[in-house]
Amino acid sequence: MIVGEQKPLAEIKNIVAPYSKILILGCGTCVKTCFAGGEDEVATLASALRLSMKKDGREIKIDELTVERQCEDEFLRQAASNISGSEAVLSLACGAGVQMVADRFKKTPALPGVNTTFIGILEKQGLFTEKCLGCGDCVLDRFAGICPVTCCSKKLLNGPCGGSQNGKCEVNSDIECAWQNIIDRYKALGQMDRLTAYYPARDWRNSSAGGLRKLVREDHVI
Amino acid sequence: MNGSRLKQILSSGKFAVTAECGPPRGANTEVVRKKASFLKDCADAVNVTDNQTAIVRMSSLAACAHLMQMGIEPVLQMVTRDRNRIALQSDIMGAYSLGIRNILCLTGDHQTFGSQPDALNVFDIDSMNLLHAVRTMREVGTDMSGYKLDVAPRMFIGAAANPFADPFEYRVIRLAKKIAAGAEFIQTQCIYDMKRFKEWIKMAREQGLTEKVHILAGVTPLKSAGMAKYMAAKVPGMIVPEFLIKRMEGVPKEKAAEEGMKICLETIQEVRQIPEIHGVHIMAIEWEEKVQEIVKAAGLFPRPQPV
Repeated sequence: MIVGEQKPLAEIKNIVAPYSKILILGCGTCVKTCFAGGEDEVATLASALRLSMKKDGREIKIDELTVERQCEDEFLRQAASNISGSEAVLSLACGAGVQMVADRFKKTPALPGVNTTFIGILEKQGLFTEKCLGCGDCVLDRFAGICPVTCCSKKLLNGPCGGSQNGKCEVNSDIECAWQNIIDRYKALGQMDRLTAYYPARDWRNSSAGGLRKLVREDHVI
Repeated sequence: MNGSRLKQILSSGKFAVTAECGPPRGANTEVVRKKASFLKDCADAVNVTDNQTAIVRMSSLAACAHLMQMGIEPVLQMVTRDRNRIALQSDIMGAYSLGIRNILCLTGDHQTFGSQPDALNVFDIDSMNLLHAVRTMREVGTDMSGYKLDVAPRMFIGAAANPFADPFEYRVIRLAKKIAAGAEFIQTQCIYDMKRFKEWIKMAREQGLTEKVHILAGVTPLKSAGMAKYMAAKVPGMIVPEFLIKRMEGVPKEKAAEEGMKICLETIQEVRQIPEIHGVHIMAIEWEEKVQEIVKAAGLFPRPQPV
């Protein structure tokens, strides 16, 4: 999923400061799962914002709505009347959702209420970890199902650097050394021969380095 | 021969001495000249670090050029952290055009350690890819795109090895990969854990790697017990055994530097007994003035004259 974290209330207050009537628009898929922008978070944020504004002696009208996914017209359309009835939309979706709102509703400012952080997994209750950079050329088959491009702090494809110690990354001891994990898994899978293979310089053209990416599925174009 | 004195010395079977010179945090040429003057006659070549520990400093390439003006042979250190393949190759060509003949290919410390942790890193390629690229320039005469270069750089190619990082059993495999990618000489991380270092050399020998590469043992004299403890605890991939820390703590503060020098000299004597070790790489961090004393006390002075 795309993992995000709600911005601090103080920052959100600054962002919405010019407006007196806003819509807080939630997104019911990824950011709901990571407790950043689903229905519950929309309601909580709306209450906190109203209360905080009131304390400051300011009136703000807040409309609340959550759609299934802000990144698809089919769902976003359901928010059309709420959006047109507001001076601005504070979107609690990921960056894609915010930009979709901005693009589809050109007359209404779309504001971000969430910091989109990474593509990751729910590691365990309350813990999300990054797993994919979306580099556009998946190499997981060669690295025992652990992505060195994402999980190694230096994107190393030819083994651990000299900073790996006790299974930890040199960047900080909260980060596991991806290469220690890859090697442990090679061992478990009986693929130790892969360790000696030279991995040539990568072609980054399929990643964000190649410019804005588009995916055209001719079979789905109407 | 590519004109590298270091290569000449190593190829002739002589025990080599290299030292390290860290460029200043600024554009002060005099600092480079002063540090280098301490190293001039006591090292066969001097490594110039490339924004080491991710602290912004005068560029390695520029400092190498200053060293050359002083008649010192530099080893250009190059990390892949800050520059993509376009910049790296361009700098290698520039370095060669200035007369630089030795290169040490590194990935580099992560920028979060340094003076500007807010920087974006690059890591377009890794040290292994850089080794491969420099060798291809020399052997095939092309850049990484396959374009035939008009005068391709012919560098004597080095890499780093850290026997003290984990996983230990992988460290020899990594050495093998670096040799296969193009490394002709290796400078190791500084040695305090001699037992582990010897174990690593033994594994390398058993795999026939020590015949294929010149290994220079890295040493760093300890200045104080505090430095020993700092290196043990804070420097990634570094092992300073407890008994050495105790030994440094066991002498009065004003004698600590002397004790550090003793340990350094003992390490040099010990690695000289290992036939697979072809030289020593002295990294006297902000203590370049001590290098001559170390080289002399180790019986490695004077250095062989260039042919």
